[in-house]
Amino acid sequence: MAETPEHSVLACIDGSIYAQSVADHAAWAAGRLSAGVRLLQVLGRRESSSSDRSGRIVAGARRQLLEQLSELDHARAKLLQSQARLDLSDAEVRLRDAGVERVDKLLRQGDLLETLQALEDETSLIVIGKRGAAADFATGHLGSNLERILRAMHRPVLIAARGYGAPSRVVIAFDGRASAINAVDEVARSALFQGLAITLVQCGTPDQASATRLAAAAEQLAGGGLKTEQRIESGPPETTLPAIVEETGTDLVVMGAYGHSRLRTLMIGSTTTQVIRDCKVPILVYR
Amino acid sequence: MAHYDMAARDWFALDHLRSEWFGNVRNDLIAGLVVALALIPEAIAFSIIAGVDPKVGLYASFSIAVLCALTGGRPGMISAATAATAVLMVDLVRDHGLQYLLAATIMAGVLQIAAGILRLGRAMRFVSRSVMTGFVNALAILIFMAQVPEMIGVPLATYPLIALGLAILYLFPYLTKAVPAPLVCILVITGIALYYGLELRTVGDMGDLPDALPVFMLPDIPLTLETLEIILPYSVGVAVVGLLESLMTASIVDELTDTASDRNRECVGQGVANFCTGFIGGMAGCAMIGQSIINVQSGGRGRLSTFCAGVFLLILVVFLGEYVSLIPMAALVAIMIMVSVGTFSWASLRKLREQPLSAGVVMVATVVTVVATHNLAIGVGLGVLLSGIFFAAKIAQIFRVTSTLSADGATRRYRVEGQVFFASADDFVAAFDFAEVLERVEIDLTQAHIWDVSSVAALDTVVLKFRREGAEVVLIGLNAASETIVDKLAVHDKPGASDLLSAH
Repeated sequence: MAETPEHSVLACIDGSIYAQSVADHAAWAAGRLSAGVRLLQVLGRRESSSSDRSGRIVAGARRQLLEQLSELDHARAKLLQSQARLDLSDAEVRLRDAGVERVDKLLRQGDLLETLQALEDETSLIVIGKRGAAADFATGHLGSNLERILRAMHRPVLIAARGYGAPSRVVIAFDGRASAINAVDEVARSALFQGLAITLVQCGTPDQASATRLAAAAEQLAGGGLKTEQRIESGPPETTLPAIVEETGTDLVVMGAYGHSRLRTLMIGSTTTQVIRDCKVPILVYR
Repeated sequence: MAHYDMAARDWFALDHLRSEWFGNVRNDLIAGLVVALALIPEAIAFSIIAGVDPKVGLYASFSIAVLCALTGGRPGMISAATAATAVLMVDLVRDHGLQYLLAATIMAGVLQIAAGILRLGRAMRFVSRSVMTGFVNALAILIFMAQVPEMIGVPLATYPLIALGLAILYLFPYLTKAVPAPLVCILVITGIALYYGLELRTVGDMGDLPDALPVFMLPDIPLTLETLEIILPYSVGVAVVGLLESLMTASIVDELTDTASDRNRECVGQGVANFCTGFIGGMAGCAMIGQSIINVQSGGRGRLSTFCAGVFLLILVVFLGEYVSLIPMAALVAIMIMVSVGTFSWASLRKLREQPLSAGVVMVATVVTVVATHNLAIGVGLGVLLSGIFFAAKIAQIFRVTSTLSADGATRRYRVEGQVFFASADDFVAAFDFAEVLERVEIDLTQAHIWDVSSVAALDTVVLKFRREGAEVVLIGLNAASETIVDKLAVHDKPGASDLLSAH
């Protein structure tokens, strides 16, 4: 897909502590891709409601209620807006300090996913924090928006960890599915990974077919000029990958996005979600 | 290039559905309960208006609320048995009985589904604000009038109880807003009546209450053309009024919550709700302005609030049926007076003086017609007709003909500006002086718009008359001026379209 030269990296921030690290990750990606960064903050839907349960309607009730709700919304929106502008400026300063030249800021009203979909065409990479402002302390869970974005968007998504360090050791989680093969293909061609140490990891019982696929993937990466190791592990990916990451000092994980059985993942959760949750490093997810 | 594969689109739809249902669970549950408590007295009162047992309205309210939650296009809007549809069916029940009402309800549902599929929701834009205000005011007056029989020739103790009920409804919320005032009103008045053993008319006197969950049954009517002839006029009225009130309520909820609704889906949803309701022995209904406001006021936003309102209502009446039958009518009358006062647009009375006369005439005409005929559809029809006429009369004023005579006196050039259509066609013809002796007449239409066949005929007349007087007639700019005759201008999507309407 053709990349638009401007605003290639879309960095989604909000009031959470991830805002700084999102900016740092975006700066790293933009530097490597020689792209600009667009900082995006989306103010959520209106949620003001009165606490009147009296069930009465007085004369002119509709007008009164409208005025009351507008008043609440207005106050809340004003506050959110000024905070958001501050957050955006902070992030912009951080990006400029990191040497990104083209930065622009976008403050929108509405739903994050819908906004991202509208911007998808002008974007080649999305950077977002692992959790939003609303989910800060429930560290066991991902942000509610993150999973929606991973499922609905077609662009690679870089999920920022809480802290940032320039990635040098990369693990590619390889399961032989189409999205993983596509991920390897993208990695081989992308400027993001030049000069980084790459380990291809396959989890699950080894057999001939998967070994062949793994070798083909390694070859493809080598063809892209990337130094690559291979590893085959027998455990399930959702526990094995985080362990390897910890053990080898990996600082970036690359993986393919969700499998297609949505109803099943709705019931029992998915591998992708668990890996994202349990790896304490940034993760780049390809469709 | 925005392309979405099936997987992403399915996920997106599922996600959207989840937020519509479970985006606001706690508030939706509370609001659902508040609304259910407020719905019970209304459903009983509207059954009494229509002349059927209270259970007909209660079953209807349950089923319509639940089905609209599932199928409607406006999350958070409350639909149930309503006064607007009840008043339409009074004659049908009196002359033919309950079974015909059920059949008419099913038929109305079919018509509403058709309206939704044909995307008639768009037609609402011809209903002006004045007509809507008239509709709402007429509805309030009808609800109030329906209470009058309960206030005439009844035991004397009724009057102080109604007064007490109103006092509770309006004053109790100053004490606390955490408890629904209608509930307090019912409990207090029922308590007083029982304690003093007052001889009062009660809900139990008005007919059967639900004693079981509703069951599926076919209306007991002959399936003949004659039956259709009987029910169709009522079904059409109910379908039209139901959609009008529903779409109007939807736009009120849109405004209050600052979110959008899907009007055509709402039409289909109302239709499905009425269709199914007829089969479980419920009367036709639609969205309710007052209840929807109460729902939003109580924090209800999602489909869950509407769904819960219906389910709570059914649970309450089925299990508390014997207690519900003890409620004195005085308590219901007080609640319905509050509803009618709250529904009436008092600001519209003040605005009568400020707004243009035509707006006031439309509003008052709508109200008077409805109150006289007890049919909201007729009132709205008249209101729409009047506002159309007034609008045409106003636009017809944007029209002017000027002329200049050439130096030799043989040629006159008429310059027509503005809108030429049926309402201004006579003025158009009258603007020309046919008695003047001329060799040549030039009619410059560059600044005019010819809108319809009436104006084309008028132009023909003018040309012919001048020819008869011996003049040569030249039309200038006719092509551009007559581009407006075609029915579909598609103005909005053509570049430079606004030029078409200003000058050529």
